[in-house]
Amino acid sequence: MAKVNPKTTQTIARTLIWGAGAVTALILVAIVIYILARGLPFINWEFLTTVPRGGLSGEGGISSTIVTTLYLIGLTIAILVIPGVGTAIYLTQYARDNWPTNAIRYAINTLAGVPSIVFGLFGFALFVTVLSFNFSILSGALTLVCLLLPTLISTSEEAIRAVPPYQKEAGLALGATKWQTILHVILPAALPGIVTGIILCIGRAIGETACLYVTMGGSAAMPTSLLSGGRTMALHVFYLATDTSAFDKAMATAAILVIVVIIINSLTNWIARRFQLRLMGRS
Amino acid sequence: MAVKNRMRVIFLVSLLVLSLSLTACGQPGTTPSNAAVSGLSGSITLSGSNTVQPLAEILANAFTALHPRVRIVVQGGGSSVGIKAVNDGTVDLGSSSRELTASDPKLVVFPLARDGIAVIVNPQNPVNNLSKIQIRDIYSGKITRWSQVNGTDQPVTVVAREEGSGTRTAFEEMIMGDQPVTRGAILQSSNGALLQVVRADVNAIGFISFGFLADKSVKGLSIDGVEATLANARSGAYPVVRALYFLTKTEPTGLVKDFLDFCAGPEAQKLITSEGYVSVH
Amino acid sequence: MSQSTNIPQNQAGGNRPQILSSASHKQSRYAVNRMAKIAMIVCASSSFLILLVIIAFIFREGLPAFIEVGFFQFLFGIDWSPSRGMFGILPMIAGSLAVTIGSIAVAIPLGVACAILLAEIAPFKVREALRPAVELLVGIPSVIYGLVGMLVIVPAVRQIGGTGYSVLAACVVLIVMILPTIISISEDSIRAVPRKYKEGSLSLGATQWQTVWHVLIPAARSGIGASIVLGIGRAIGETMAMIMVIGNAVMVPTSPLSPARTLTGNIAVEINYATGLHANALFATAIILLAFIVILNSITMALFKRGFRGQSES
Repeated sequence: MAKVNPKTTQTIARTLIWGAGAVTALILVAIVIYILARGLPFINWEFLTTVPRGGLSGEGGISSTIVTTLYLIGLTIAILVIPGVGTAIYLTQYARDNWPTNAIRYAINTLAGVPSIVFGLFGFALFVTVLSFNFSILSGALTLVCLLLPTLISTSEEAIRAVPPYQKEAGLALGATKWQTILHVILPAALPGIVTGIILCIGRAIGETACLYVTMGGSAAMPTSLLSGGRTMALHVFYLATDTSAFDKAMATAAILVIVVIIINSLTNWIARRFQLRLMGRS
Repeated sequence: MAVKNRMRVIFLVSLLVLSLSLTACGQPGTTPSNAAVSGLSGSITLSGSNTVQPLAEILANAFTALHPRVRIVVQGGGSSVGIKAVNDGTVDLGSSSRELTASDPKLVVFPLARDGIAVIVNPQNPVNNLSKIQIRDIYSGKITRWSQVNGTDQPVTVVAREEGSGTRTAFEEMIMGDQPVTRGAILQSSNGALLQVVRADVNAIGFISFGFLADKSVKGLSIDGVEATLANARSGAYPVVRALYFLTKTEPTGLVKDFLDFCAGPEAQKLITSEGYVSVH
Repeated sequence: MSQSTNIPQNQAGGNRPQILSSASHKQSRYAVNRMAKIAMIVCASSSFLILLVIIAFIFREGLPAFIEVGFFQFLFGIDWSPSRGMFGILPMIAGSLAVTIGSIAVAIPLGVACAILLAEIAPFKVREALRPAVELLVGIPSVIYGLVGMLVIVPAVRQIGGTGYSVLAACVVLIVMILPTIISISEDSIRAVPRKYKEGSLSLGATQWQTVWHVLIPAARSGIGASIVLGIGRAIGETMAMIMVIGNAVMVPTSPLSPARTLTGNIAVEINYATGLHANALFATAIILLAFIVILNSITMALFKRGFRGQSES
């Protein structure tokens, strides 16, 4: 049996790959363009500052959703950062390499992959019902904290691990205590990675729908406190799409979310790039 | 240098937090400028049937027009959500479009209005009338093509609400009897979502509250020759009519009682009728 | 932090940690050190506590359903009708499996091909243009994919047959959702393969394609595997986009055009009004989902044991 010429295989493979790649790229780009093209025309100042009517009508804008989203993200990050980064510091600096530590790491990795609706179920049962926080931004934030904790721990761990060990050894050799080394040597070096992780958590929280759908209540009114219910922009897209036929407004909200994602991505890339420069420039 | 950067970050973050809290304080529209306003103030949260939801919103708007310092937040979710939420204390007022059953918690019931359930099809569907038995057979899966009921030769897309829906429970009681809804039925979580499917699919059949029929994008069928109109619902000729309720955990007091009294009053009754529901007070 | 008199200043005049050695400050440093260690332990303990509470809660609420309904009746029962007391989740398991398998069957080859394209074959300009687009798509909220699915894909599937709300529509939406994840992480791992592997292979006379297929892909397989796991995880765990396009019918799907319901969709649609045994059944569904994820992670760890680093989406 004649052996197939490797050059032929290569040509076939290259064609297939270019084909697959081109089709994929086209579809993906088309989606982004579709969302922006259909949504951007409907964004104006009135849209951003009017409260949505809620219910079936689809009238109004998205002002309350923007405020709710901001409150929610603020509260979530405020609660999330210290336990998350603290746990990462503990795991990398203080914990011994024995089976409890490995079991804990396994639990964290597993929970990082659990669907967000499961966290929503948990949040609904615990925060909304048992603890009587009711449908509120508080319930939503606490649920988000549970959801994002494993992710933040993992990314912070990675960032801390990426700090070259000789930095820590240098600090200790100079007579600093362990905590002084952590605070003044390791953390500043790991800070860009940690901040990137936090920003990624923010991005994920902004787009999160499933666990907030069941803990925040879906009211379209402007929230008056952290105990008010409400809907985030992502949830608003869902309600507009399913309850009303205001698809243009849904697309407009979606377009705003896409722009937010672009900003977040650019921010993380900029931080990562500065981190690279700093590493190369300083060391 | 590390310390300076950190201070900068902390400063920026606190600035952001400060500006956020300031925007929250200065929200327009929650305090009226008129000094001499009505004395009632406070807030009511309401959730439950999304059949009742648009009606509740209209009544809430009328009530807050009279008492601008009152805030009423209306949510949906379905009748069973309302029953559970008001029983759990998650909301002040629940709403339901079905009767409370033995397995439901004991709640205080306030009859709000009566409402017909319309069986709807796509406007392009040639069928205009079905008998109760035909509807039942379609929903139970016995009839699978429109040609079996004098329509086109296309498969029927059965659309229903999820099981917690009061509209669905009422529909099952009055039309299905003991027959269960077919497994292949597409389930949607709200009247609006169900409307959308029927609006888009020529072969779909669904059921919604009369109050949603004003949307001319779907066609309401006559049942056994009786048209789906408000007059027929009021007279009792239309077979599928059920009561809509507000629910409270205990006897209503305070602001909730004021709101319920308002809903029983003449102005509210006029609103109810004009929206396509049958008034009961 | 007070000054000690004999600390020499750094030549460049920069700020460096105030490392003091005078005796009176040693105690406060060590005290702070001890307190910091306790603080970190408290942080870690509270995190572990949270995670533990979540797992414990789900099991506590979910096990009664297994007991009352019967484990096999629950898992393999074909009827889910809470109002009539029937709790069988086979239709939902079938639905979840159908959309997951359907989507990864297409997304893996397409995604890896695109990754190869971006990493190896495409010219620099094309790559620079496409990479931010792929990154953007990874971050777009899933509900937006559901929206596009509702507006574009469901009507398109309706033209083929059935009502449009179907397993096929759900698969298409999921493919679009997990492709960017697979592409970006796979591309990173292919790029991360040391150059000497590639150069060694080429210098031995292999064509570029032979190098890619026989050297680079196997070398990058842990990263590619990680991206596939993330993609599968996203497919199983997707909720809102599924609710919007799959029809939520409680039936085992008989064809790609039939509607279905996923395990996640089941929880989301019914959770608000579920009480008693119904609520327990939803928690039991969550236990099943947890089991899926654990099995998935174990398979991956076994398959890609070499140098497997739990890549999150950073």
